Amino acid sequence: MALMLRNARCIDPQVGLDEVCDVLVRDGKVVEVGHGLDLPKGVERDLSGKVMVPGLVDAHVHLRDPGFEYKEDIASGTRAAAHGGFTAVCAMPNTDPVVDDAVGVEYVKARAAEVGKCRVVVAGACSKDLAGEVLSDMGDMRAHGAAAFTDDGRGVQDAGMMRRVMDYAAQFGCPVMPHCQDDSLVGDGQVNEGVASTRLGLSGWPAEGEELEIARDIALCRLTGCPLHVQHITTARGLELVRAAKREGLPVTCEVTPHHMLLTEDDIADDYPTALKVNPPLRTAADAAALVEGLADGSIDCIVTDHAPHADWEKDREFELAPFGMVGLETSLALVLTKFVHEGVIGYDRLVWAMAANPRKLLGQEPVTIAPGSTADFTVFDPAEEWTVERDGFCSKAGNSGFLGWRLKGRATDVYVGGYATMEEGRIIE
Amino acid sequence: MEEPKAFECMNSEGIDRAMTRMAHQILEANKGADGLVLVGILTRGDELAKKLERRILDIEGIELPLGVLDISFYRDDFATHFSPEVLSTDIPFSIDGKTVVLVDDVLYTGRTIRAALDALMDIGRPKAVQLAVLVDRGHRELPIRADFVGKNVPSSESQNVRLLLEEVDGVPSVVEVYDVPEGGRVGSAPIRREA
Amino acid sequence: MAFAHKNLIDITEYSRDDIMLLLQTARRFKEVNERRIKQVPTLKGATVVNMFNEPSTRTRSSFEIAEKRLSANSLNFGGSSTSTVKGESLSDTVETLCAYKIDLIVVRDAHAGVPRKIADLSGVPVIDAGDGKHQHPTQALLDLYSIWERGCDFDGLNVGIVGDVAHSRVAGSLVPALKTMGSNVTLVAPPTLLPARPDVLGADAVTSDLDGVLGGLDVVYMLRVQRERLEGAPFPSLREYSRLFGLTKARDALMRPDAIVCHPGPINRGVELDSFMADHPERSVILDQVYAGILVRMAALYLLIGGANDGIDA
Repeated sequence: MALMLRNARCIDPQVGLDEVCDVLVRDGKVVEVGHGLDLPKGVERDLSGKVMVPGLVDAHVHLRDPGFEYKEDIASGTRAAAHGGFTAVCAMPNTDPVVDDAVGVEYVKARAAEVGKCRVVVAGACSKDLAGEVLSDMGDMRAHGAAAFTDDGRGVQDAGMMRRVMDYAAQFGCPVMPHCQDDSLVGDGQVNEGVASTRLGLSGWPAEGEELEIARDIALCRLTGCPLHVQHITTARGLELVRAAKREGLPVTCEVTPHHMLLTEDDIADDYPTALKVNPPLRTAADAAALVEGLADGSIDCIVTDHAPHADWEKDREFELAPFGMVGLETSLALVLTKFVHEGVIGYDRLVWAMAANPRKLLGQEPVTIAPGSTADFTVFDPAEEWTVERDGFCSKAGNSGFLGWRLKGRATDVYVGGYATMEEGRIIE
Repeated sequence: MEEPKAFECMNSEGIDRAMTRMAHQILEANKGADGLVLVGILTRGDELAKKLERRILDIEGIELPLGVLDISFYRDDFATHFSPEVLSTDIPFSIDGKTVVLVDDVLYTGRTIRAALDALMDIGRPKAVQLAVLVDRGHRELPIRADFVGKNVPSSESQNVRLLLEEVDGVPSVVEVYDVPEGGRVGSAPIRREA
Repeated sequence: MAFAHKNLIDITEYSRDDIMLLLQTARRFKEVNERRIKQVPTLKGATVVNMFNEPSTRTRSSFEIAEKRLSANSLNFGGSSTSTVKGESLSDTVETLCAYKIDLIVVRDAHAGVPRKIADLSGVPVIDAGDGKHQHPTQALLDLYSIWERGCDFDGLNVGIVGDVAHSRVAGSLVPALKTMGSNVTLVAPPTLLPARPDVLGADAVTSDLDGVLGGLDVVYMLRVQRERLEGAPFPSLREYSRLFGLTKARDALMRPDAIVCHPGPINRGVELDSFMADHPERSVILDQVYAGILVRMAALYLLIGGANDGIDA
């Protein structure tokens, strides 16, 4: 079947493309990119006024399936992804049971194939049951398609164990992605240690609890040669450590979430909004500004959401008892467009690198470009559409967003995965 | 709010004469000053009680115990009225077995006196309680009457009757009647506190 | 004039005038507490819920006495049978309470921010009786009252707060309240027991040298060593703590002759205070603080349940 995508402004810095043109897709692949292309038979879509980019990939998502389907499941989570403009997500392994063996990987793949609305790449655990003690079945999981290894949600506390993880993972050529958190410093930390913890009378989660593990894991990267991808970086000094490692030539990359760039500890008002309880915590305004700078100068490789859905009743309680995390799949692109692209902080090219090209490369996925021969995974958005973030507008089961009520400009309208539409004009295709 | 136009029904001399007459009546009714104590109700009743005390001292040569009663905590309209004044009850003597002469400025619905009686009973067990008021303006809502009245001032319910005292308000003492504007406050004038 | 506040949750929302009115109102209640019938009918018919989700004997008793002396109907809700323990959510608990048609909730909870949440959910006035490590505003007010009754002028008053400031909701309210009143606040503690940003609380100075600052203090406020919060071992032993930060007879000579000693109770004798200081007839105001607790809680209940002053006099 042929699909003609007409008149979108096609932007793909990977192939140096930025112009209004037509893209012809056949059997899931791009056949031709040009002007006034002919389509004798097939479906035509007029995308005038819209922007088309290589399909967005979110390398850090909690689909909660298996085990916590009341928070989110693969069907609802991938719908949320499509709704937010994503063609692929990487599912974190902290489910119940933990994805620490091939069975877990196969389960997620099978459910995604059955009910998914986007591609689902599986990240396996580094250690059995995320306990940080015994190596997971990395080789087996790799053989079944796991793209990376992470104990996300927890830091691997023992340096010797982390060395073992990275030593062992090095043979598979895929990255280890640590959630950097030193428990002996973080303890029961709830918010950034400093102004917020003092003002709110909550236990502090110090920046050093993150930076110390980033520094340790960079040292272990040097020691083992295993590619290191630092998850959800939140502090200026942590970013400096990554910059230095990159200058040194180490295989180190990192990611940032929109909420760590756009929200700070000062936003946690005295009504104790649990939607803003995230791990790592919201940091200072200076940290957030440094992260934005890192995004603009390319030190930060990927924008991810750390989409962490929770049931309303779990978040509607005492701040100290509420779980960490916020959803992000359905606001990420719009936030980046509104706050960074439209404000001139970054251009569309950086958006494509950080939200499509780099995450794909990180996860070892085949590159997607707007050029003949490429797989037809595309995201189309209307850069001018203005909308308000509302709980009822989400496809996710969860509503724990820190951006409810925000007025945004720009929104995904059409998403194509392998040449098939998963969303058209803002509606999920069933 | 603009001050409403007031009609003066008792001037400073009138108030003085009334206080002197009431002092005589109190002594007459009680056959002297024996066992008498004076308790003035905040605010302004306390000042009137002071005047009575001085007159009784002049007449009888006896200095009566003088107390001050704050009835804020006994009001029955507390939900719509709380007093931010920082004055409080001060009765530095026992009222047990005494004849208490309660002193207030204007007797109206009787609710203040009801609250004052409750407050007195919590403080001690007087032999008798008598009521002295400078002005009785009528419109009682409770079965309460004054034993000693300076002046009866017939008034309508849309009017307010209030006492201003030189000692408290810094203007020549006067009892005045005026029409209460829509939504206006009925009752005694607020005490001006130093800034 | 109505009282400007509906809740007493965050002391930083109270101005100097608000605090003075509260202290003056508390003083008015002395007369009630010093006579034979220690009760006034002010809150007759009002229902006050004491929601203590964390064990407390002293604070709860103090609130109960204050409520009873104002003739409120008080209901004790919580304690070991708290519904949160049974798995009920806070919102469900509060909605249940509201269905009882209540007039005010006094909240003590182990978690910061709960009083605010309950105020938002219930719509009725809330008094924070201590939330986690956050605030304890009536404690701060009773401390101010005790200092005020001793004739101290808050302006320029030098107050040292000594001990576990990091875990102290008492300090969380007292430091900002003292700053509102114009006093100078010095925190004295081992660095392991200081909050991350003492300046955010409003402290003027921070030190670990008690002897070095003792001579400049008008008020020495000794915090309780909370043995239950010491798992992280912020100091090596109670003996060493007492040696460095305990107010002992030996330190009496370093103090100003007129300096007073406060403590929120209960005292760990021999740790933060020795008996000489705890029972010192001139310096110790510790029992005055207990009495002040009744007075300021009566004042807070009175001001918060009271409405606009537009009723009819006479």
